[in-house]
Amino acid sequence: MILDGKAPKGPIEQTWDKHRFEMKLVNPSNKRKYKILVVGTGLAGASAAASLGELGYNVEAFCYQDSPRRAHSIAAQGGINAAKNYPNDGDSIYRLFYDTIKGGDFRAREPDVWRLAQVSNNIIDQCVAQGIPFARDYSGYLDNRSFGGAQVSRTFYARGQTGQQLLLGAYSALSRQIKLGTVKMFPRTEMLDLVVVDGEAKAITVRDLVTGEIRVHTGDAVLLCTGGYVNVFYLSTNAMGCSVTAIWKAYRKGAFFANPCYTQIHPTCIPQAGDYQSKLTLMSESLRNDGRCWVPKKKEDCRKPANEIPEADRDYYLERKYPSFGNLAPRDIASRAAKEQCDDGRGVGPGGRGVYLDFKDSIARLGEDTIRERYGNLFEMYERITDEDGYKVPMRIYPAPHYAMGGLWVDYNLMSNLPGLFVLGEANFSVHGANRLGASALMQGLADGYFIIPYTIAHYLAQTKPGKVKADHAECKKSIEDVKGTAKKLLGINGNRTVTEFIRELGTLTWENCGMARTKESLTEAIAKIPAIREEFWRNVKVSGAGEEFNQQLENAGRTADFIEFAELLCRDALHRNESCGGHFRSEYQYPDGEAKRDDENYCYSAAWEWKGVDREPELHKEPLTFEFVKLAVRSYK
Amino acid sequence: MSAHTSEHKTMTLKLIVWRQPGPKQPGRFETYTAKNITEHHSFLEMLDVVNEDLIKEGKDPIAFDHDCREGICGMCSTVVNGMAHGGQLRTTVCQLHMRKFKDGDTIYLEPWRARAFPILKDLVVDRGALDRIIQAGGYTSCHTGGVPDANAIPISKAESDYSMDAAQCIGCGACVAACPNGAAMLFTGAKVSQFAALPQGQVEAPERVARMIQEMQDCGFGNCTNHYECQAACPKDIHVKFIARLNREFLKALFRAKSGSHTFIGE
Repeated sequence: MILDGKAPKGPIEQTWDKHRFEMKLVNPSNKRKYKILVVGTGLAGASAAASLGELGYNVEAFCYQDSPRRAHSIAAQGGINAAKNYPNDGDSIYRLFYDTIKGGDFRAREPDVWRLAQVSNNIIDQCVAQGIPFARDYSGYLDNRSFGGAQVSRTFYARGQTGQQLLLGAYSALSRQIKLGTVKMFPRTEMLDLVVVDGEAKAITVRDLVTGEIRVHTGDAVLLCTGGYVNVFYLSTNAMGCSVTAIWKAYRKGAFFANPCYTQIHPTCIPQAGDYQSKLTLMSESLRNDGRCWVPKKKEDCRKPANEIPEADRDYYLERKYPSFGNLAPRDIASRAAKEQCDDGRGVGPGGRGVYLDFKDSIARLGEDTIRERYGNLFEMYERITDEDGYKVPMRIYPAPHYAMGGLWVDYNLMSNLPGLFVLGEANFSVHGANRLGASALMQGLADGYFIIPYTIAHYLAQTKPGKVKADHAECKKSIEDVKGTAKKLLGINGNRTVTEFIRELGTLTWENCGMARTKESLTEAIAKIPAIREEFWRNVKVSGAGEEFNQQLENAGRTADFIEFAELLCRDALHRNESCGGHFRSEYQYPDGEAKRDDENYCYSAAWEWKGVDREPELHKEPLTFEFVKLAVRSYK
Repeated sequence: MSAHTSEHKTMTLKLIVWRQPGPKQPGRFETYTAKNITEHHSFLEMLDVVNEDLIKEGKDPIAFDHDCREGICGMCSTVVNGMAHGGQLRTTVCQLHMRKFKDGDTIYLEPWRARAFPILKDLVVDRGALDRIIQAGGYTSCHTGGVPDANAIPISKAESDYSMDAAQCIGCGACVAACPNGAAMLFTGAKVSQFAALPQGQVEAPERVARMIQEMQDCGFGNCTNHYECQAACPKDIHVKFIARLNREFLKALFRAKSGSHTFIGE
């Protein structure tokens, strides 16, 4: 099937405004007749639930954490982009649009990206009005910093805790609606199935994580705002509870999964120290503004203390390879460059998987106090984890899985191919193409929730009758039985291996075979091995306790089962895409200098996969991408 | 490589852990042994190791709250040796590392203990009361859209920094767990102070502080008697000056209510 994203045509500057006018509206007195289910309360979910509740819809919101304020958006550190051009350095909506398309390696829809750039400015206004204490300069006006992949300073920030402040802003707006009764909040509640009736998404089945109760919630539309799936690599910067489960359940019910192979590996994470490790910790990319990446030129220097290696023997490899962007090269490029140095035997730290991020020169130029003011919390975090003082010895960093550009396929209205199912934020595939630029995730989450879904959902609801499906519908009952059946099955296996052992095994396999660099051989091997892990999981996993109680093992087991199925799709997508682009690097497809080699003739499309069953190959659907405003070109940051 | 010189040394620790099957069932301390722990394990990774052993022995693993494991989500919540988050300055328990302990140590683990935080299971408590305090007034009542340009109202760097100092609260509840009165005044004070310092928060300041304090009391939190244990336990270094600010804002609101310019909720 050739998919149509239904993006508006015409001059790009007018697309969103024209579309907004053309969409249908729901009149104020009719809004309260509709119920909207919002799953996930990160930036996208919280801002959507708050804005829709405020408009007068009945909203029910769900999160697996104990409070909506804990969603993993909170961990984003560096900042949020907007085309305000406050610094007068040449920024504009068009430039943000251009940079995002180019940064995404020409694998996103132009009008969607334009809209993101257009509403970026409203987001900053909204956040300031909410009382978010963004960094300011002494004039009292907002401060900006620069970020990877851009040559202008367009990033707004709140110390090293921008995601936290933005999420708390959205959470406070949500809290206000909860108090007003327009939003009903269900914390510690996990979505375990999507109910589709006559082809439309009309309910979800959830498990109350405290009591173990499994029940269905019906609505007129379902919004999945459930984040990304890079915990498929086991060790990632995501929170422990982040999973593919919600979108995977939707995929199994017919929603298309687009571009799963576009995974982002973040260049500035603290390297792994041991095999017991449960997660990797990211340090904001903003560190690359003042830190310089290097490795020793000579392999024999790698074991020496960094400060004993003379300047002449240091290889500032990013500055050498990309003189115009230097240490601010985009994430995929910076990550691969670090891997190259380590593969070449010049990595530092345990296992030789690390590069230095050195602040010596900026401390000499600006003073330690300035560096402390900019990044103090990050240096502290680094010291707590590594027991090393980043002001005195260079930090050690290594890339780690961080963000998923892929996700459920959505059209321009953020609606999946299943009517009534909308997907927002990281959970969808829409705007970042094959690579996301720094400080753009926060922008997308809030754009989707505050300024896009309130318009586009009305267009769907205006054409549907409220309350079509009740909880006693046969599909709802079946869904409850299915979810109960799965829990019972997991609890009944009583095998010999723990859930953690399985997710570790799966994660190691996907990271090694489908991580920063992939080949036909590595992917074929992974696709052959994953079914064996799945088979053993369902035969030999040990999940203790009961279903009708607080049971963290059961939660993890369900998420792991979904990751195992998903890993296969991830590898299949990576195998089918015979090109390198953005976060998807196939070693066979590169230029002699090691840069990614795109194949626009054959792969200038979004790949949307349709579920066909556990042991059957998924079906590929394509959405061709056309570039009318930004010319398809080889991405160069030299 | 100071962090990696002693990779092969491992520790064995004795854990004395609060186990409680459910909210209404009685709890008790149980003793476990944590083996093969290195100084690079985080505290929660040490618990992971113990839990893996328990699962393999067919026993119920220790339930504990955690999510981001990088000290920002505020989900982790364990009292270690009598101290909320374990006593390392400005550190959540997920960021506490085992290098702070030595081989043979005995470690006590308990949940947050406060009237307003019912225990759900083992080390997991219900902190919904903190959400209810925010729902009572921890926001500016602006709508989505229809707000002025972000640079329309300058805010002095000092005020903005002060607001940010308060806004850093992660809502973990350690302040409540550490307080002998089970008070949430540092938590509430931080949110009230964040908005009190900003022009955007002024319009509804009196109602905000009144409602939030009322909710605090309704939830069963105690009051501040100046022990400052909250600040010592706070992983984000939230200063007790924000409790003073909370009291000042409340007094200001009282005077304004008396003069008739604002009404208090409940009046």
